[in-house]
Amino acid sequence: MTSGRSAVALPARMAVVDCDVHAAEPSIEALFPYLAAHWREVATTTQFRGPTDSAHPPSAATSLRPELVGAEPPAASSVDDIAHHVLDPWDVQAAILVCSYSAEAIKNPDAAVALTRAVNTWLQSEWLDRDGRLRGSIVVPASPQLAAEEIDRMGEDPRFVQVLLPVRSFAPYGNRLWWPVLEAAHRHGLVVALHFGGYPGNPPTAVGWPTTYIEEFVDGASAFQSQLMSLVSEGVFDRFEGLRVICLESGFAWMPSLMWRFDRLWRALRREIPWTRRAPSAYLREHVRLSTQPFDVPDAAEFARIAEQIDCPGMLCFATDYPHWQFTSDADAVPADVGETALRAIMGGNAQALYNLSP
Amino acid sequence: MTADATTDRRTTAIVDCDVHNALPDDDALAPYMPREWRERREALTHLSAVFRKVRENLGDRSYLGAEYPRPTPRASRVDSWPPDGGPPASDLEFMKTQLLDRWNVEFALLNPLFGIGEMLNLELAGVMARAANDWLAEEWLSRDSRLRASIVIPYEDPIASAAEIDRIAQDSRFVQVLVLSRTNEPLGQRKYWPIYEAALRHGLPIGIHNGGWGGHAITPAGFPSYYIEDASAMAAAFQAQVVSLVSEGCFARFPGLSVVLIEGGFAWLPPLMWRFDRAWSKLRTEIPLVDRPPSEIIRASFWISTQPMEEPEPPEQFAVLLDQLDMPDRLMFATDYPHWDFDAPDRAIPVRLEPALRTAIMRDNALALYGFDRDTRKL
Repeated sequence: MTSGRSAVALPARMAVVDCDVHAAEPSIEALFPYLAAHWREVATTTQFRGPTDSAHPPSAATSLRPELVGAEPPAASSVDDIAHHVLDPWDVQAAILVCSYSAEAIKNPDAAVALTRAVNTWLQSEWLDRDGRLRGSIVVPASPQLAAEEIDRMGEDPRFVQVLLPVRSFAPYGNRLWWPVLEAAHRHGLVVALHFGGYPGNPPTAVGWPTTYIEEFVDGASAFQSQLMSLVSEGVFDRFEGLRVICLESGFAWMPSLMWRFDRLWRALRREIPWTRRAPSAYLREHVRLSTQPFDVPDAAEFARIAEQIDCPGMLCFATDYPHWQFTSDADAVPADVGETALRAIMGGNAQALYNLSP
Repeated sequence: MTADATTDRRTTAIVDCDVHNALPDDDALAPYMPREWRERREALTHLSAVFRKVRENLGDRSYLGAEYPRPTPRASRVDSWPPDGGPPASDLEFMKTQLLDRWNVEFALLNPLFGIGEMLNLELAGVMARAANDWLAEEWLSRDSRLRASIVIPYEDPIASAAEIDRIAQDSRFVQVLVLSRTNEPLGQRKYWPIYEAALRHGLPIGIHNGGWGGHAITPAGFPSYYIEDASAMAAAFQAQVVSLVSEGCFARFPGLSVVLIEGGFAWLPPLMWRFDRAWSKLRTEIPLVDRPPSEIIRASFWISTQPMEEPEPPEQFAVLLDQLDMPDRLMFATDYPHWDFDAPDRAIPVRLEPALRTAIMRDNALALYGFDRDTRKL
């Protein structure tokens, strides 16, 4: 054991950046200090509570690490809680906060704007101001122009390092409809973070609505692939030079199959998208990063094979996904047997480069 | 010089698990339809020159509004138009020249893609399915002993589908029940169970073929803009079907149910099994009928056709992929004739395989599943 880490043994002076730590979605009352009188009145005189659903409902056994179910106050509801569970034991250099607020579920654009503005200000005041290790993700409404305005407002605060987009959307993010959002992220040098979940109203699979959460969860890997195909096919990476995307709570084992399928089709169909000058896998390797949760390989040997197939040491970024169940023991979150150079990149180096953190 | 390796491979008998014969014209099924439907159709045909519109008026209507320009007309090989001027794969003689004789095909499985299962008028879909099956038997299966076929069903009407399976399965040249990968609802849901009961009654596998449109966007992120995205996203539709069939306990409810994934690829399957197993270890209380890791159920219940063959880069990774898949007795070769992304038997597999494995994929796995003879069908 080195460097005072109690979570897991890592070589000395190995920087750790956690790319996905959750800030529990705030109640509407918690947002009152950041909401205009009109919305406080709406909340107190109606049943409106903000997004009706979220990717991870509080206390759902399907999402929380088992030992955290029913915790009071709820897991990840304060800086103290995540410091105790993540920041201190992992001795992180930085942790990227994600608040899955599901603003896309709110169809009233005025409410969506008011609430996302409130959440972002709340993140500033009650999280980023309280621990210098934290970095923020900008929550946005699902109306592209309004989202761009919010990005312009928050992009001035350098502690916000990315724009958070739920991986399920009403239209794929490469669609030119969304370009104002990508443009704004690009303007401010922000990473575009696609996170598991989202409640746009359209079903999570090509064949409609599945019955159970496990189906929705397993099928979730497809959503990331659809978004990446869209971003490449629409020429987003040709248009917005240097734009970078990270997939959070995405898993990574599907990436080789996506590269092979997409490249094969591109060789045959590239006439349709002539602005793509390289094979899709080249764009993915240059512009896309993947968090290591859920750790969707059966063992260390398979991890090594997937890493070889991905063939891009810079692509994988460590994340705990606290407080979700994606890993049950802390050691499970660290890819064993990849060698120290690769481990250093995965645990912190790749995220330092992505988010412009000092090495 | 003696025959080279290419020639040897070419002359080895193969089974082609995915061939798409076509209707020579829009009226080809008319003689097989009941008089009342035929007359309604004919009456309407005279009213308008715009035949597609007429078909919609008659009830051939399907989900509209998500069309992409395809890379080639009818998504077919440019050399596949028969000399008689009909559409690709509408002429058996030309199909023999280009496929059956050319590649020494021992058996070819016809999967007709006529859009019948997608029709919104379920009564007409039932009529058309019966007509299509009778047409297949009469005009294809009876004319070449190498041909076998999948049963066309109006799959959004599972009761009618079960009746059609019961009617046509008496003919042992029909070896599979055909549905498309994009259905109205996930295929594990109870609506579709009568189809599986009927298939099991007759020892037939369910073939899920690439295509269809159940009225939903193809991605969880809505409609993509380009055909390359649409084509690539079909792999996700297959995944949703696999996840649904397993999660809903279909293989516990219907022991012996066999499912063939046709034209869906397979590189996505190992990571899906890993993700599914991992999720199951946490969430299994939600799906109590799944009493084993999902990967065990998948490996025991699913077969896979090879076209479009996966093309890992570098090609050596193909062997790694086969190892990750670990289903050597379940991969079955297919050409997808006459479509543009045809896999030629001598060039499709990107690496040199052990001869026994190659023979299994090119021929024996399909013989073991389909039997191609009522007495030897192993189900």
